[in-house]
Amino acid sequence: MAFASFSEFLAMGGHAPYVWSAWGVTALLLIATVWHARVEQRQLLNGIKRRARRANSLRGNAQ
Amino acid sequence: MWAFIHKLGSPKWFYGISAKLQPWFWAAAVLLLVTGSLWGLAFAPADYQQGNSFRIIYVHVPAAFLAQSIFISMAVSGLVFMVWKIKVADMAAAVMAPLGAAMTFVALFSGAVWGVPTWGTWWMWDARLTSMLILLFLYLGVIALRGAFTSRDSASRAASVLAMVGVINIPIIKYSVDWWYTLHQPASFTLTSRPTMPTEMWLPLVIMVLGFYSFFIALTLMRTRSEILRRESSKRWVQDLVNGRVVNAQAEETR
Repeated sequence: MAFASFSEFLAMGGHAPYVWSAWGVTALLLIATVWHARVEQRQLLNGIKRRARRANSLRGNAQ
Repeated sequence: MWAFIHKLGSPKWFYGISAKLQPWFWAAAVLLLVTGSLWGLAFAPADYQQGNSFRIIYVHVPAAFLAQSIFISMAVSGLVFMVWKIKVADMAAAVMAPLGAAMTFVALFSGAVWGVPTWGTWWMWDARLTSMLILLFLYLGVIALRGAFTSRDSASRAASVLAMVGVINIPIIKYSVDWWYTLHQPASFTLTSRPTMPTEMWLPLVIMVLGFYSFFIALTLMRTRSEILRRESSKRWVQDLVNGRVVNAQAEETR
């Protein structure tokens, strides 16, 4: 461990604003990327399912 | 070899194999990034000159590596698409661009933030910084170009050409620190010589770099699968795969 206490870890020897903003932006972007990919995947799958259901019910009504 | 390339080029085959590979890369990414972050932030010793601000290296260097590697991957995918008409290559290239732009931004932002305590300035028109900024604009250009065409094929070809031409910027970024040495220091890491940092400083960096690469592979597999769904949604195999249960359930209801 390079720090004696948790508050020292947070303070980063006076470099807290630099270290935490660089790391924070990185973490935020990585997490947002994964979140976006999940939403995208779910929307595409739901869209295909919805279209199939609609096509199915149209076919059902026609019979 | 050719049979393998054509199999790889089949969206259906790719959709299946990528589903199997994906969890391994996600697991590796999480494991490496968590280990590397804890080690780099809390356990690696502070730099004797820079103090704790040097810990920015653990996000700055991996992001900068990835920013360049993604552009090369995009150019290679573009070439594969142009030469062999393999659509999956173009889909992969399309989903890589936003992550590449994000990584370039992270490299620039973390570099600027790091520059304040280290160089006393957040920006200078240094060759390395400028060529990275050009990389960001190239990524944005590729993304914009894809959206600028109504025909998907034209968009794909235009984006491939821009990626293949733009890749010339990558060796410029790499050698910029040696050709015009103004602000940014030369590479602290090379594959050919031993690092000058102590082991407990560079090992977490290697872990972070591997973590970023795993993340890139996992995300590209995931988003290429989505792109396949988007482009092939009218294909029979996609509908059968996605609706398997829905179709069967309704078929039974109507019986």
